[in-house]
Amino acid sequence: MLESLLALGGLVLLRDSVEWEGRSLLKALIKKSAACGEQVHILGCEVSEEEFREGFDSHVNSRLVYHDLFRDPLNWSKTGEALPEGPLGALRAMCRRTNPGPVTIALDSLSWLLLHLPCTTLCQTLHALSHQDSCPGNSTPVEPVHVLGLLHEELHGPGPVGALSSLAQAEVTLSGAMGQASAHILYRRPRQRPTHQTQWFSILPDFSLDLRRGPPLELQRHPDPHTPPTAGSTAPW
Amino acid sequence: LTKGKLTLLCDAKTDGSFLVHHFLSFYLKANCKVCFVALIQSFSHYNIVGQKLGVSLTTARERGQLVFLEGLKSSVDVFFRSQEEPHPLQFLREANTGNLQPLFEFVREALKPGDNAEAAWRCPVLLVDDLSVLLSLGVGAVAVLDFIHYCRATVCCELKGNIVTLVHDSGDAEDEENDVLLNGLSHQSHLILRAEGLATGFCRDVHGQLRILWRRPSQLTAQRDRSLTYQYKIQDKSVSFFAKGMSPAVL
Repeated sequence: MLESLLALGGLVLLRDSVEWEGRSLLKALIKKSAACGEQVHILGCEVSEEEFREGFDSHVNSRLVYHDLFRDPLNWSKTGEALPEGPLGALRAMCRRTNPGPVTIALDSLSWLLLHLPCTTLCQTLHALSHQDSCPGNSTPVEPVHVLGLLHEELHGPGPVGALSSLAQAEVTLSGAMGQASAHILYRRPRQRPTHQTQWFSILPDFSLDLRRGPPLELQRHPDPHTPPTAGSTAPW
Repeated sequence: LTKGKLTLLCDAKTDGSFLVHHFLSFYLKANCKVCFVALIQSFSHYNIVGQKLGVSLTTARERGQLVFLEGLKSSVDVFFRSQEEPHPLQFLREANTGNLQPLFEFVREALKPGDNAEAAWRCPVLLVDDLSVLLSLGVGAVAVLDFIHYCRATVCCELKGNIVTLVHDSGDAEDEENDVLLNGLSHQSHLILRAEGLATGFCRDVHGQLRILWRRPSQLTAQRDRSLTYQYKIQDKSVSFFAKGMSPAVL
């Protein structure tokens, strides 16, 4: 189920497309994490902080820490406002945990990072990010880190996408039909076969998740939109 | 007049420049301050078409409403300037085309709010015709995406203005760089207008179809409200739109 994605530690890939955007689902999952009391760190590369926080209530916003890589990611303004170590430094800084509490890290987006960093470097840093199991200088076990990474499928070849997939505990591929969004979820559990599930859903204006039991009625009645119903098929009239 | 939006114009198997002319005349008539990075045609070409649509680019430029970068003319200047002087098309002179920061600086300078003596224009607008030609000139797709990223941050977010830009869809030509550019821009866009030639070929009365896709809505609406398709016919001074199969020539 979509909602149980957050129970997994490690990396969850959200794979979206131009037609079926994934930022709304990312924000819905962030809202759930914040509602559970987690602090959420967002590495924001593609939209402004103001736009990202839009739609969240004050409780959720108070739990979000937005690391702004959008305004000046390449230090063109030279005003000192850019994150000092650039995209890679910002990502590595997230690997250095300062408290043992539960935390969610959202990467918006992995595609932007993949276009600006070598794939191997990004994968190594992601692996370190999603396998943080101790605080420096502290032997007390800490809560696992949840990493949500938004990936725009059409931008990358099969090699980099495959490399990122191999790091992920779960992948959510967004699509839909008849105006209804669906998520195809692939779970990878250690020493078990991967499991697949499809969940139809919609996202409400406050970024709550509204899970649907199945595809839209029109799709159930007419699976092929170009083929009219055959004689003898059940019709409500 | 919506503000803070990036509109992507895209054409596939047809010429989508009529959309560029439309938006140029639309924003000039709406009294917006316009920066037009025109890399494809001459100033006089855009001016002639603009006059058919009811605007004079000459007048707009003279009164400071329009900042026009004429790529065809200005590209020659690059080679007759000393290298120390920054030029928006400086990348033409560099062996390894790095980034489009000088072009971004030009846009930012053109659209920054002026002093009080300047007329109170409505929101600033950046128009680019077109981005695909930058790939042909040796700029990488990521560098073009970075340029639009910075323009978005400044024009859309900081200045609450709009950006309209045209990219060609190479379709089956397997142009990977252009695909990265087109898809990358699509993900950044709030609105995508895609002009497509008809699958059946040329038609005298229907010149193509226009697909409209709304993305990143601030108020989430049903997905089915987010896309529409119309067919169109370009006339001398206007474009007429109609539902698919409903061309007046057919009815």
